[in-house]
Formats: sequence, structure tokens, C-alpha cells
Amino acid sequence: MARKILRINMAELSHAYEEVPAKWAKWAGRGLTSAIVADEVEPTCHPLGPNNKLVIAPGWVSGTPAAPSSGRTSFGGKSPLTGTIKESNAGGLSSQKIGKLGIAAIILEGMPKDGAWYTLVINKDGVKFDSADDLLGKGMYEVDELLWKKYPNEPAVIGIGQVGENKLSNAGVSVNDPENKPGRYAGRGGLGAVMGARGVKAIVVDDTDGPGVEIADMELFKTGRKKLTDAITSHDLTKPGGGLNSFGTNVLMNIINEAGGLPTRNFSAGQFEGASKISGEMVAEMVEKREAGMTGHGCHPGCVIKCSNIYPDENGEELVSCVEYETAWAMGANCGIDDLDYVAKMTRECNDLGLDTIEAGNTVAIAMEGGVLEFGDKEGALGLYEEIRQMTPLGRILGQGVEATAKAFGVHRIPTVKGQSMPAYEPRAIKGIGVTYATSTMGADHTAGYTIAPEIAGIGGKVDPLTDEGKAELSLTFQAATAFVDCTGYCLFIAFPILDIPEGWAGMAESVAGVTGMAITGDDVVPMGKEILKIERDFNTRAGFTAQDDRPPEFMRYEELPPHNEVWTVKDEVLDEVYSWVNGK
Amino acid sequence: MQVEVRVFATLRHYLPELGVGEAKILDLAEGTTLDEIRESLGLPAEEVKVIMVNHIQAYPDDPARDGDRITYIPAVAGG
Repeated sequence: MARKILRINMAELSHAYEEVPAKWAKWAGRGLTSAIVADEVEPTCHPLGPNNKLVIAPGWVSGTPAAPSSGRTSFGGKSPLTGTIKESNAGGLSSQKIGKLGIAAIILEGMPKDGAWYTLVINKDGVKFDSADDLLGKGMYEVDELLWKKYPNEPAVIGIGQVGENKLSNAGVSVNDPENKPGRYAGRGGLGAVMGARGVKAIVVDDTDGPGVEIADMELFKTGRKKLTDAITSHDLTKPGGGLNSFGTNVLMNIINEAGGLPTRNFSAGQFEGASKISGEMVAEMVEKREAGMTGHGCHPGCVIKCSNIYPDENGEELVSCVEYETAWAMGANCGIDDLDYVAKMTRECNDLGLDTIEAGNTVAIAMEGGVLEFGDKEGALGLYEEIRQMTPLGRILGQGVEATAKAFGVHRIPTVKGQSMPAYEPRAIKGIGVTYATSTMGADHTAGYTIAPEIAGIGGKVDPLTDEGKAELSLTFQAATAFVDCTGYCLFIAFPILDIPEGWAGMAESVAGVTGMAITGDDVVPMGKEILKIERDFNTRAGFTAQDDRPPEFMRYEELPPHNEVWTVKDEVLDEVYSWVNGK
Repeated sequence: MQVEVRVFATLRHYLPELGVGEAKILDLAEGTTLDEIRESLGLPAEEVKVIMVNHIQAYPDDPARDGDRITYIPAVAGG
């Protein structure tokens, strides 16, 4: 059965299955969410108004048998945080289940006329609009638990916490993990508020007796799948017992600190004296010492990398899954906090309330700079999440993210691009990632073009992080390849082994070709990625963005960052080169 | 001359006496290279992906200098 578009109209409380039109037929995942948003959402619309849409799409291979680490779901719309097009993707249960129902994308549009809230139940028979009155005001831990009790077959639960209900700009979209915990977030860009604006608290996806994913050429798919799996399971980073499996993404904390690129105390230094205390190695030690929790946890069925963890509290009870690098950095180093237990507690708050952890941690750092708290005040920081939970006026400001909070407290050191705050790599110490932050269609986003691989990790070559040379081309290549991977349903982390192992790169493309029947090879990855970037860039241009928006924050041009004592030196003309090809210049 | 050496992630298996982030202090002859130091610590060459000296990428044949902060890094990435 060919894939279908499932269109859900919240004004009419109706749904319809549509053929995938030819113009979208080649895409899945991010390519599909961006193509749909670009075609159907007025770029100048208010992100929370009736003319925005939330588009949800699994990748090409999600739901196919044994495609390794293929559980990513793309969420797209116009972002209330950035005003740009947005694609944010998450692991968890949803991608494979939506794929197995034969659905290419879910388009959520309109707003309930009566202001009511709904739980959408999607299964092989269609869509049911159940009242969400029983879930309102509840955090995602309770929502996930209640929905698994209410609906059979351990479904995927896509949901929003209180922050999304209140339509605040730092609201993420939660997806439950195999243990039905809400740790998997399409966090960035406020798409939880877009979902809330549709009157949808949760979407339950049950794939029981679904038609499954159609595979055009099973032999080719199997060949590609094997090459890709072999690459992942043999590379030192992604193999069982390798860096990611043993220490999670937080394996980076000490390394980025050594490189002098760990943003500390609201991007005022590149090293944090407490880095080792909040590192992935320390998470592993806590798991061992407390004889509870685990490392090597998988966020979705079929993951062969398993970079997640379950962090235990001092009594050996599960506190949160998971403490990953961005989170530990944002809550920790960037707030001057070196206590892993507090990092974990704040992470749990984010997962429950429905906050993006990067933006949330950065927001607390801004509040600290603005005099609300001292840097390092862990009790005070945790208390700010309670302000958000109570939706106090302060909590509502914090829930809007970094820029709103900076305005409220008169802070001018604001580490954002296009309204979205920077992740855990300092542009003044690692120039290529700064180019990605500045020029990405998504606002400051490391996953948009992860030049850290060659600049720091020696993966996919070795590049000096401190030089400006060649960074426009490097960033564009990574942005384009990433856009392609974001269509596959594969986790972006498969990129690391296949950058080093050519057979894996070819295998990824072959597995996609096998599923879709399209003649895709490894050579098509970057060109197809550029097609997606062009769609997104065009949307942003129509929304009013210009080259002047592709700039890092001003303070980085004049504040030297220790220990390298570097400022941002990449010229504006170089930044403008990154997307000059879009307009044929 | 004296240098301090740190290892992280999977390389910590080879220097289990060091706590997370702790440095090993080494007294060395002038001109000792980063690769010779790696060898003396029992770190397998194939597991060392990147070397940093004083927060900057370095290479195996580079000589260490007095007071250097040297870090051996295995395959890492994520984020």
C-alpha cells in the first residue's frame, strides 16, 4: 500500500487520508515536513494562530524490519521561537509506529472552535478525537502513564506538558521511550506550543495490524542495511562498548572543555572547572556506585548504538532518562553548576513540563546574569522550574526562552541566532559550528551541521577549529548531508561511522533506495540535502529573513573568550557564501 | 621537564588509578614526543583519535614541552 498523508482538521474535528502528491513523493522525515510547511503554511502567519500547522513525519526507513537506529520522527511547522521554518526530530516510539500504519505524514491543522482539548487516537481504523480534559495541567510523566493505562498495545504517545498548553515559545514535543517515559523531545523551536495551539494535548499512535512499510526492492534494502549496520557496530564511537554506548553523548563534556570550547556561565568562558563532575564518565560512575539506573540505554526499539542512560538518585531510584551532553552542559556548565544530581533533577523537570533542555538551561543562565540568582546556585535554579510549573509571571517569562528573559532582565550577552539559543559549543573557539549556528535555516542549532566531527573529534577528517578558512564550505556540506539524514529516519549519529567508513555511507543510501525504489546512491546525499535547504531557505526569505539575520550575536565580536582569548572573526561575506547558491549568485 | 596528562572516555581503562578529569604528572626527558608518551602509558595508537596540548590539536610527532597539558582522546562525538 502506498504511503498516505493523514490530514487532521481540528476546527472540523475531521480527518482524511490523501494520496501523496507527486511534488512531495520523494521526501520523508524533514524533507517532507519542510516541503509541506513551505507549501501550506503562510510564512508570515503567527505561529500560534490558525494558519500554522504541525506536520509529523517518520523517515523513509522507519518501521522497516531491522533498519538500525531508525526511530527518528520529524516535527515541522513555523517556529514561535525563531519565526523561521522549523524541523525538530526525536527518538522514542512514534516513528516506527507511524511508518507501519502506512502514513507518510500527519498534517495537524486548524483550531478547535470551542477551545476544547483533545487526545487524538490514531490506529489502522483512522482517528478518534477523545477529550483531553483528564490530562490538562498534567506533566508528561503522568500523561504517558495515564494514556498507557487507557489505551491498549503500549502505543506511542506524542504529547505536550504544561508549557505547551500555555503556548510558551520554549515548549517541546515529547515522545515516549520504550519504558513509556517522556525523555525524547523534538525540543527545539517551540513546536509544543504549535501543537497546543491546535488544541491537542496528546497523540496516541497504535500500529497494531497496520499495513507496514512498503519496500520496493528488498534485496537492495537488505544489502544497504547490512553495510550500514556493520559500519555502526565496528566504529570505535558507535560500536557496543564504544564511546557513545558507554558514556552517552556526554562523553563530550571533558573533551569540549579541553578544547576550550565549553560555553560557561552564559558564554563568558570556554572552560568550566567543574566539567568532569557533570561528564558522561561521572554519569557512568554514578550508575555503578549506586547500583541502579543504566548506561547503554536505547531510546527506541532497534537502536544498535544505545547512547541513552537512566540516571539514578541517591536512593537508587530512577531519576531521569537521560542526562545527555547538551542537557548536562546547559543546566550545568552554562549555569556554573557542577552537581550531577541537580542537573538530573532539572532535566526531569524539563521532561515533565515539556521544555527544551538547551533553551531552558540557557534561560536560567540569562536569569543568573540578570541578577535573579548567582551563578552556581543549584537550589535557586531548580526553583525557577517550579516558577514555570506554577505559571507565575516570572515562570511565563522563563518559559519563553533566552531572548524574552534577556529583555526582561536587561541582559545584552545573548547567545542566540534567529531567536534560538546556542548549544554546547562555543563559536569563538570552534569557528565552523559558529558558521552553522549563524546560517542554519533553524536558528542556532548544532545538529543542523555538526562540524564538531572534523573540528574536534577527527571524524570525517581533521580541521583546525580555530581557523576561519574553509568553514563556509565545511558547514554547508554538513548542513546538506544532515538534511538528507534527517529524511531517512535514521538517528543522526549514524553519520559518525559512515563519515569514516565509505561502505556505510553507500549502505545508508542503498537502504533508502531499497525502500523507496528511488535511484539514490551515496553521491545523491549532499545534492538532495541542498534541495531541502533551499525549500527551507525560501520559506525564511518569504517570512522576512535576510542575510543580516545570518549573524552571530554582537558580543562575540568584541568579548574575548578564554582560554584561547579569541573573538568571532569569520567575515560576514563568508557567512553569506554559505547560501549564495540558493539564489543562483 | 614535567607535563600533565589526561585521558578520557574509553581510554580511562588504561589508567584506572586516575579519577575523572585527574591528571597524571610525568617527569620526562627533553624532546620526548607525544607518541612516545602515549606508548609509555600503554595507550594503543589505534584508540587515540585526537591529541590536544594546551587546548589545541597536536600531532604524535610533536615534542612535549615543560608544563604542557596533554590530553589523549578516543573516538568521541554526539551532542
